[in-house]
Amino acid sequence: MAIILFKNRTVRPLTGNFAVSEAMRQINPDVVAAYPITPQTEIMQIFSSFVSNGYVDSELITAESEHSALSACVGAAVSGARAMTATAGPGLALMWEILGIASGMRAPMVLQLVNRALSAPINIHCDHSDAMGARDQGWIQVFAEDAQEAYDHLIQSVKVAEKVYLPVMSCMDGFIVSHAIDRVSLLADEEVREFVGEYKYPYSMLSKTVTHGAIAMTDSYFEFKHQQRLAMDEVKKAVEEVSKEYKELLESQGNLKDWEIEKRVLKFVEPYKIEDAEIVLVAMGSAAGTIKYVIDKLREEGKKVGLLKIKIFRPFPYEEVSKYLENAKILGILDRAETFGGKGGPLLSEIITALYLKGIHKPIRNFIYGLGGRDFNINHVKEVINTLERTLKGENTPFLSYINLRKDYLDTLQK
Amino acid sequence: MWELGAVIPYPGNSEEYKTGNWRTFKPVLHTDKCINCMICFMVCPDSCIIVENGKMIGFDYDHCKGCGLCAYECPKDAIEMIKERG
Repeated sequence: MAIILFKNRTVRPLTGNFAVSEAMRQINPDVVAAYPITPQTEIMQIFSSFVSNGYVDSELITAESEHSALSACVGAAVSGARAMTATAGPGLALMWEILGIASGMRAPMVLQLVNRALSAPINIHCDHSDAMGARDQGWIQVFAEDAQEAYDHLIQSVKVAEKVYLPVMSCMDGFIVSHAIDRVSLLADEEVREFVGEYKYPYSMLSKTVTHGAIAMTDSYFEFKHQQRLAMDEVKKAVEEVSKEYKELLESQGNLKDWEIEKRVLKFVEPYKIEDAEIVLVAMGSAAGTIKYVIDKLREEGKKVGLLKIKIFRPFPYEEVSKYLENAKILGILDRAETFGGKGGPLLSEIITALYLKGIHKPIRNFIYGLGGRDFNINHVKEVINTLERTLKGENTPFLSYINLRKDYLDTLQK
Repeated sequence: MWELGAVIPYPGNSEEYKTGNWRTFKPVLHTDKCINCMICFMVCPDSCIIVENGKMIGFDYDHCKGCGLCAYECPKDAIEMIKERG
């Protein structure tokens, strides 16, 4: 039996990676298979010390690649074990084939993704290219703004995955969240273990003789893909159930503030000062925190600016998004990933779809920021808002712009 | 049939998957030439040679994919591959 470290709730200064490792320790998964890759390495390093010290009962498989690590997780999940893994950027790229196998075999598991740019040029810093490259592989994708959210999302993801039999990719920004120390409020070990409960898989290979991974040709493959679409439609209900339960758990000790509870429960979107906002930004991940700070400052100056933070990207919350964006005069969509050859980033396409479905047509600008960890600070948020203000006043502004490109590079374009 | 994730919830199910319609050429046995040496039985990758009382009596056309190994290996040319119609 795993050792109990935290008998009570506690608040600790933790990096995102450490917070996630603590969540994994408290969840006490049956199987963890992983391969080290920056900036995720620290998670497995910390978790392996938990295994060595007997803090968890998990079987830790140190695989020879990410492809093998996720394969081991698929095998474990369909054997009836609760499986988890963690990776980043190129590691997720190597897992790509198995991502579709995990979702296609309806193997519930949780993958902690520490968002990192894809090569080339080789780069270890944050952007969302890795997750966006995997967005159509049938996984639920959740994005955290800070270490606290990463911790809470991971715990709730386990339950969501097991309710709908789909794998969940819980994402946090590499370095910005994973390596920065944050104030993280942890639940007691037993609270988490009780919350996640026991994993029960109906087709466990250990309990009956079943065939997993059978061939399905032209006669039946199509139907199984349709089943996956239906499963994604079920996610909304599952998230609502799990977050309701988590909310009750957070409320049970009565010492957390309402806003704190609201922020920690799993949701599709988080609106910030959006009710009367004329300019609304849409973003995911750590940038949301920077944007909120700027919004607070601009609100003091009387500027009506708001933010819609997307927490769950797959399945995409089209209805909620169009509801929150309905009244804005102009939208600024912030993408931390590129869709080369597309009209803009992946988030832009989803937002436009959401608006189209409600027959809403309004000015919209797309901003690509932070690729390969390029800084996105308060001045850049102000620059974005300034562009949107000028657009509202009738000035011609480009539909898509890159934020914080180097001047010496821009000069070369002028020649 | 439509279990989650294409799971087949009972064992011994591969026989139910009929692969006979993959065939372009079909093996036909000429019993007058066959000496029941069982080389075809040994080389068939899909166990489609039907044997009764020590004698080769024909093919399992539900599963034979028409690879033609049996015809190629037959020392007496007792198996002929003929084109499937339609």
